[in-house]
Amino acid sequence: MTLGIPRAQAAAFVVMVAAIILGPSVLYPVFLMKVLCFALFACAYNLLPGYVGLLSFGHAAYFGMGSYIAAWTAKHWGLDAEAAIILGGLTAAAIGLVFGWLAIRRQGIYFAMITLALAEMVYFFCTEAPFTGGEDGIQQVPRAPLFGVIPMQADMSLYWLVAAVFIGGFLLIHRIIHSPFGQVLQAIRENEPRAISLGYRVDDYKLLAFVLSAALAGIAGATKSQVFGIATLTDVHWSMSGEVVLITLIGGIGTIFGPVIGALLFGALETYLAPFGDWVTVTQGAIFVLCVLAFRRGLVGEMGLRLRLAL
Amino acid sequence: MTLSRRAVLGAAAAAATLPTVRARAQAPKIRIGVLNDQSGPYRNTGGPTSVVCAKQAVEEFGAHGFDVDVIFADHQNKPDLGAGIARQWYDTQGVDMILDVPTSSVGLAVGAVAKEKDKAYLNIGAATADLTGKQCAPCIVHWSYDTYMLAKSTGGATVRAGGDTWYFITADYVFGHQLQRDATSFIMAAGGKVLGASAYPFPGTSDFSAFLLQAQASGAKVLGLCNAGADTVNSIKQAKEFGLQARIAALLMFITDVHALGLQTAQGLTLTESFYWDLNDRTRAFTARVRPKTPNNWPNMIHAGCYAASLHFLKAVADMGVAEAKKSGAGIVNRMKAMPTDDDCFGKAHIREDGLLIVPSYLFEVKKPAESHGPWDYYKTVQVTPGDQAWRPLAEGGCYFVKT
Repeated sequence: MTLGIPRAQAAAFVVMVAAIILGPSVLYPVFLMKVLCFALFACAYNLLPGYVGLLSFGHAAYFGMGSYIAAWTAKHWGLDAEAAIILGGLTAAAIGLVFGWLAIRRQGIYFAMITLALAEMVYFFCTEAPFTGGEDGIQQVPRAPLFGVIPMQADMSLYWLVAAVFIGGFLLIHRIIHSPFGQVLQAIRENEPRAISLGYRVDDYKLLAFVLSAALAGIAGATKSQVFGIATLTDVHWSMSGEVVLITLIGGIGTIFGPVIGALLFGALETYLAPFGDWVTVTQGAIFVLCVLAFRRGLVGEMGLRLRLAL
Repeated sequence: MTLSRRAVLGAAAAAATLPTVRARAQAPKIRIGVLNDQSGPYRNTGGPTSVVCAKQAVEEFGAHGFDVDVIFADHQNKPDLGAGIARQWYDTQGVDMILDVPTSSVGLAVGAVAKEKDKAYLNIGAATADLTGKQCAPCIVHWSYDTYMLAKSTGGATVRAGGDTWYFITADYVFGHQLQRDATSFIMAAGGKVLGASAYPFPGTSDFSAFLLQAQASGAKVLGLCNAGADTVNSIKQAKEFGLQARIAALLMFITDVHALGLQTAQGLTLTESFYWDLNDRTRAFTARVRPKTPNNWPNMIHAGCYAASLHFLKAVADMGVAEAKKSGAGIVNRMKAMPTDDDCFGKAHIREDGLLIVPSYLFEVKKPAESHGPWDYYKTVQVTPGDQAWRPLAEGGCYFVKT
């Protein structure tokens, strides 16, 4: 143990950071930025099913609203990159607070259905609300300078910002999971009645985890809108909620690095299969089925089991 | 002298690098990327036939000391996806010019990327007049049609023929809204009235019955369709099934849509295109050349535009030299504007300062089944608006770099 972190995780973290630093010299930086945004989104999502045992099916609402708010404020108020991203995260947290407060009253399939229904409400709000631009989305979002001074026009300078946001988010999630608070969350996942009988106010723990997950998802969405200069209905559509479940599942639910690997695999599939149109979804579906049948713990989960490591 | 193993290995390694050296010595390459809807509602109006027509232009252009290849992708009518592909094409695939890009929301999103990267962008399939107006850029050319030209031709003619009260069914995105806005201004100017409008979500709507019933209830004499492709086809089919009394004005309709509907259903509709395969000898010659490659989908004005714009682009590249052409999208587009266009589809014409191709617009009426004498013999010409009157006046567009 080093700094309370298992050695395997520390080593994997070093490898990941090295890959993030060296990545853009091999691969297209915009592609990597997209992967990092989705990786953060999936890590944030993973907090709920992976560590509290809550299967949310409406995370597109937080991701999409984060994206819309950051795009709108950067375009119309001329906010700096960091302010737009933080505002996107705060908006998502606020929505998460309301939705979480409603949803955690139920469990299992009912919890999933409530989150899905609320997310669909957000979707229809976004199709109708004038500020989102409906089917057109918010286009021509400027890449705002960081702290008002550092220009972010070039792909590489924006890349370091995205990398910093991702690593910051990743470390925060790691800290949440390994804190006493995170231990209680895992206790709730394993046996909720026992956690209650031990005197923990389970609902408060669940709600806080929900809000944290929503806020980080919002930050991921906000960062994505800065990268692509556009926020659209794709980000709030229910298929985005499905996509993040898929990413997390392929990588390994309840593992720290699983969602990151899942996002990389998923992003690569989406990019390199793009010329084949509809085949992207078919391939994703096939991989999902394969994953559920052959290695149910996901890529990282199975690997950790074989190597007897907690990744 | 005996060969050492090391020497053999070294020689083999050197030989392995030879093909790549040879590849570098090849002629310079220009790459055209066709970005459109390959699987959704706009597949027939653009889709694979646009790619065929771009390739036809490359083939006819022939050898001029540089290679040209054509790649394509499906943007699924999603602005974020389209802008993402455009960014990647310009950055990593060496694409020098993006072509077609129907669906105005995607068309504008790609325009923003082209402007940021200063790369050539020849839009054919998106109707929005903003491409040469508020969201214009020095690297953008807009070919074949826009919302202003369609509204003026079809809208104006319909009011003059007595259709003075209108109800709109509108695709709920930038294209539908602009087409409705432009049509409304021509209807009002001609003394007509708009009684109401319904906007429906795009893409993904195939049942128009609720909107048709509202149109019926409004008592309007004309049902204005501010949509395109499969949506237009579905709305017209369903209107006929409902026995809608109002006359239908499809403000954007292509010969490919008429073919999908069949003459029995489509007869009597009026519509506007800037190209029809049977206009004159040159258009017939073009169609005869391209038809074997796309036997089931004859060219409409988008396909013709993809051909003509590619051809003119390649002429400008040859004129400037590849190295110079690759430097700046605005540079190559300025050369395209300076050279008059001349091709089999649109004849002799020119590209205006704001990037708009100035050609006449044709108001066609769809023939009755008895009047049609062969495959795809669908149109009668009702009215020709000359180029200098068909399009929005240069000063009204609000394009930032146009000096007025």
